[in-house]
Amino acid sequence: MSSDAIGSATNALNSLTHVEAARWGRDLSTLLRITRMNLRHPWQVAFAMGSTIMAAILQLLIPQLLGRAVDQTQTAIGGGVAGTAAGQALWTPALLLLAVSALRGLFTMAQNYFAEAVGHHVAYELRLAYYDKIQRLSFSFHDRVHSGDLITIGMLDLQGVRMYFSTALVRVLLLTMLIGIGAYMMISTDPMLGLVALSFVPFVAWRSSATQLRLRATWLDLHERLSVLSRVMEENLAGIRVVRAFASQAYEMLKFDGASKNALDLAHDRVDIYVPSTSAMTLSFFFAMGLVLWIGGSRLVAGEISVGTVATFLTFMTILQMPVRQIGLMVNAFARASSCGSRLFGLLDQEITIRDALEARPLEISDGTLRFHNVSFAYPSAENRAILKNLSFEARRGETIAIVGPPGSGKSTMAHLVPRFYDVTGGAITLDGQDIRNVTLATLRKAVAVVQQDAFLFTTTIENNIAYGDPWAKRQRIERAGEFAQLHNYILGLPAGYETVVGERGVSLSGGQRQRLTIARTMMLRPSVVVFDDSTAATDAGTEQRIRAAMRRFAKDRVTIIIAHRLSALMHADQILFVDNGEIVERGTHQELLAKRGRYRALYDLQTRPGDDIMTQYGDAR
Amino acid sequence: MAQGRAGELEADRDDGRRPPRAVVGSHRIEEEMFGRAFDKSILRRIWAFVRPYRARVVITIAAMLIFTGTQLLIPLIISYAIDPGMNPARNDRSAQLAAVGAFVLAILVNFAAGYMQETVVGKVAETVLFDIRRAMFGHLQKVSLSFMDKTEVGRLMSRLQGDVNSIQEFLETSVYSIGDVALLFGIVFLMLWLDFRLGLLTLSVLPVLVIVRIVWLPRARAAFMAAHETNSVVNGAQAEAIHGVRTVQSMDRQQVNFILFDDKAHANLRTHLIAAKYALVMVPIVDGLTGLAMAAVIVVGGSMVLNGRIDVGVLVAYLFYIQRFFDPIRSLTLQYSVMQRAMASGKRLADVLDVKIDVQDKPNAKVLSPEMDGSVEFRDVTFGYNPNRSVLKNVSFRVNPGETVALVGPSGSGKSSAMALVHRFYDVQQGQVLVGGYDVRDLTQESLGRQVAMVLQEPFLFTGTVFENIQYHKTEATRDKVIEAAKAVGAHDFIMSLADGYETQLGERGDNLSLGQRQLISFARALVADAKILVLDEATAKIDSYTEMQIQKALIKLLEGRTGLVIAHRLATIRGADRIIVLQNGQVIAAGNHDQLIATGGLYSKLYNLNYASFDDIPEHDTTVQAGSQT
Repeated sequence: MSSDAIGSATNALNSLTHVEAARWGRDLSTLLRITRMNLRHPWQVAFAMGSTIMAAILQLLIPQLLGRAVDQTQTAIGGGVAGTAAGQALWTPALLLLAVSALRGLFTMAQNYFAEAVGHHVAYELRLAYYDKIQRLSFSFHDRVHSGDLITIGMLDLQGVRMYFSTALVRVLLLTMLIGIGAYMMISTDPMLGLVALSFVPFVAWRSSATQLRLRATWLDLHERLSVLSRVMEENLAGIRVVRAFASQAYEMLKFDGASKNALDLAHDRVDIYVPSTSAMTLSFFFAMGLVLWIGGSRLVAGEISVGTVATFLTFMTILQMPVRQIGLMVNAFARASSCGSRLFGLLDQEITIRDALEARPLEISDGTLRFHNVSFAYPSAENRAILKNLSFEARRGETIAIVGPPGSGKSTMAHLVPRFYDVTGGAITLDGQDIRNVTLATLRKAVAVVQQDAFLFTTTIENNIAYGDPWAKRQRIERAGEFAQLHNYILGLPAGYETVVGERGVSLSGGQRQRLTIARTMMLRPSVVVFDDSTAATDAGTEQRIRAAMRRFAKDRVTIIIAHRLSALMHADQILFVDNGEIVERGTHQELLAKRGRYRALYDLQTRPGDDIMTQYGDAR
Repeated sequence: MAQGRAGELEADRDDGRRPPRAVVGSHRIEEEMFGRAFDKSILRRIWAFVRPYRARVVITIAAMLIFTGTQLLIPLIISYAIDPGMNPARNDRSAQLAAVGAFVLAILVNFAAGYMQETVVGKVAETVLFDIRRAMFGHLQKVSLSFMDKTEVGRLMSRLQGDVNSIQEFLETSVYSIGDVALLFGIVFLMLWLDFRLGLLTLSVLPVLVIVRIVWLPRARAAFMAAHETNSVVNGAQAEAIHGVRTVQSMDRQQVNFILFDDKAHANLRTHLIAAKYALVMVPIVDGLTGLAMAAVIVVGGSMVLNGRIDVGVLVAYLFYIQRFFDPIRSLTLQYSVMQRAMASGKRLADVLDVKIDVQDKPNAKVLSPEMDGSVEFRDVTFGYNPNRSVLKNVSFRVNPGETVALVGPSGSGKSSAMALVHRFYDVQQGQVLVGGYDVRDLTQESLGRQVAMVLQEPFLFTGTVFENIQYHKTEATRDKVIEAAKAVGAHDFIMSLADGYETQLGERGDNLSLGQRQLISFARALVADAKILVLDEATAKIDSYTEMQIQKALIKLLEGRTGLVIAHRLATIRGADRIIVLQNGQVIAAGNHDQLIATGGLYSKLYNLNYASFDDIPEHDTTVQAGSQT
């Protein structure tokens, strides 16, 4: 082997240990961080720890007391003490035993209660912090991260961190006390028999840790396979019409069986992992007990030890069996807390990219003029792909600006920049001369409202949904917003009127109705700038016409921006911007643009006189 | 703390009287969680799934009993092992040897039985769970679509997951229950057998525990349920914040939501602490009772040893048994709840499995051959989802082989129902639907489905690659064939521009594609299916004019050489059809080609002359006025 090869091998080894070390360092800092969070409840932590120590000591007294009681009967017989006196003497260990047992129970209760309390308090704090963070993280973060992952972190990972105190920290103390003191007591009573009695400990500790870690790894895998299975089922049920339309039930059953078998096999494997392990642990425990019986019995016969000592040893062993098995659970609890914690903290430590500048001031609206100054934009996920290039326009109060263009031209992006869902990468957007990056987000978003394409409804009453941005609004205003969006009559026809619950688990509304509810919701904000992002596409033309009529009154006091495909929605605008590839390629009124015979005209022809002839014409125009 | 937070909201309100109209998360109505502990008919249903594995069930119960037996035996053997040492008269090595030998034998049997029983129980319970799930899933593939229409997917999913899991839990615990009962009786028997009076005395603490458990159980369960419920409330609120985050931010609701969420999170903390108290209060009670029993054995049993009535080994055995005999009582009371839950789940599962299959193949159903002529005919068809309210009334028309017919009419006119009948999603009440000259009820559904391809208004894509979605169930279709189909419908170019081309993974329901693109993929899928008849429900809205044009071209390709029945909204599509059938209120009011219908000057010509690109663009009043004058 050449020295080069050796060198590179050493390097590889070094970098490997570095990676390992980094991982350990991260795990450790995560665990320390959770520990610090626990310590913020010092009294509960102290009570839990104190009770743990007491419970462990009391539990270890039980075998001693039992052994002493057994011995007392023996010495009485051997010594020929009078029956009644010896009988009287038995009361002392008996009452002590009762007291110790009861106290141990009380301390165990306290130990577990306070340990749980610490965990639940930490979980409560983390839950609030997590909720707050999720609500504030910018759109670009939510675009990137799958909502299912966020839900998992908030549910499962938070549980992992919660359990850390009771299943890891308290258990370390409890197990150390029990096993340590128990071992000390046994060995100090009789070193030889003590070692024999403890012989099962290393094996069980190793087996249970190894098994738990393996079960954990396979659990994650099983979780994955089960979610594939549930996705197969859910898609099948949601798309049942497609399944029936293609008569593909047989194929779907095959798909199901594949996913199902995949999960079942692993579930069986897991049985094969834990059963041999637990059985082997039990066997090794009993084997050690057998040895104690054999050796202890022989020495008993030889008169070297008392029967009480043997009883003490056997009881110690029974008491130690559980804690020794729990070593595995404890190891697993540390592993779980560090992986769950690192995911959770990773999220809590995310930087919020869109937030108030240091000296941000409240937005002040005077003329209500919106201006785009040479605005350029690229999404943070694809910084090299410019979505908007040097875009400028101005809109005054009372004006309606329509934006039209082919898909992917950047229209919706323009809508998202005004309320600062994303920050421009070049140029600036101003409202009455104030750069929107220098005003507070709260005032900006009250002043600028976007009616989104895909309306999200909350599972609550229609009233609450409409008043979402202004929860203290009077009922009258809510109804007026309903009228504005042409929903009022429909709502009154529902069983509970404005109190009807809609959303995921309520009355289902059609796409058009959902969009109109979103419009009503936006109207409640009385915004200075309102952007309709293709928000009437699913509404039939008649209703749209009526909404437009209502909007004309509404538009007097504000800037209205309409993004739409349907020409009927935009041809009455004061100015129409035709956007393509992030640039404004044509601008003017409907008449001016028609006269220009350019892109807008081609689109107009396409929509009013569809047919092969127009298609070719359009093709030329493009 | 929660009160303090809620107070902040009160102080903020503008009129000083009203609380905010705001909630976070919704209160989910929980399903009945507990049923009767024993329900014979439900048990019979569950047994039907266990039956195939009955041999293994017998083995596992036998193993369980052997396992319990050895557990009972071990303290007894210990007492014999200790005893010889006590009495110098019986001091012989062989007795001790025999005792230790018996111990070794017992632990080996214990090992084997435990291993056997746990493995078999674990695996059988898992297998049964998957079997039940498969039976339900398979059944749902056949039940009528009207059942699927009115049942939420989420509800069915909770049957397929939560409910089958509680049956599995039940199966596992019932075997353990048998073990627990055996252990309990064994301990009681042995204690009484070793010494009747001492046994009776020791066992007297047992009823105390039983009574305490009975008083405790309903209260504890209420506390656990409350904790469980606040959990799902908090998780629901959190999920809502995640899904609705864009709305939350654009409406600046973060502050209000946070305060409302704090209330829910705090309720969750509170109920969990209460539940913990209930769960833990049993610990000192059981420990105290154990201590009491041990004290009694020491005082009374100790005197007996002194009197020579019993051996000291018996005393030791007693002390061992006492430490064990509370366990079975504890687990049996918990298993009672598992059982009740399983009965409630079992009932829900039975409800799904019992849903009638309306549309079924006849015993002598024919296979529709691909060589059939491809005609579709409705003969006096009357149909309604509710038999009293017909959606189609006496509808008759014929689509000749290779012809494209456009179905037009206002929404609610029965177009979609007519389309569903061609595929026999439902059975007609009167009349006949014929495909290739055969009544669809005389054909196998499988062969009918192969010859009638369907494109739905809302394209539905599955998780997987673009390739898998186009190929779908035609797994025999080659890559070339898939690409050819994609090219034919004009989807190839945009597919190639995706990150991994045909191997690009589609997100949930294809959410990384635009609606128009999904539409094109669903066209390609129908092309690969290569059926003689194509039934298509044209998308109405949300597609921009650019993609629209591509779709029009694709449609022409798709209909080439096939019989087509198209629910049409776009004038371009309608004009291109060989024949147009105008439906209104479930009846055919006009039929003919474009020029004929224009010439007769009815509803169609009026609509056409309004110059809208789509019938859906026509303002409501125009169609209603027209419809009125037509009839």
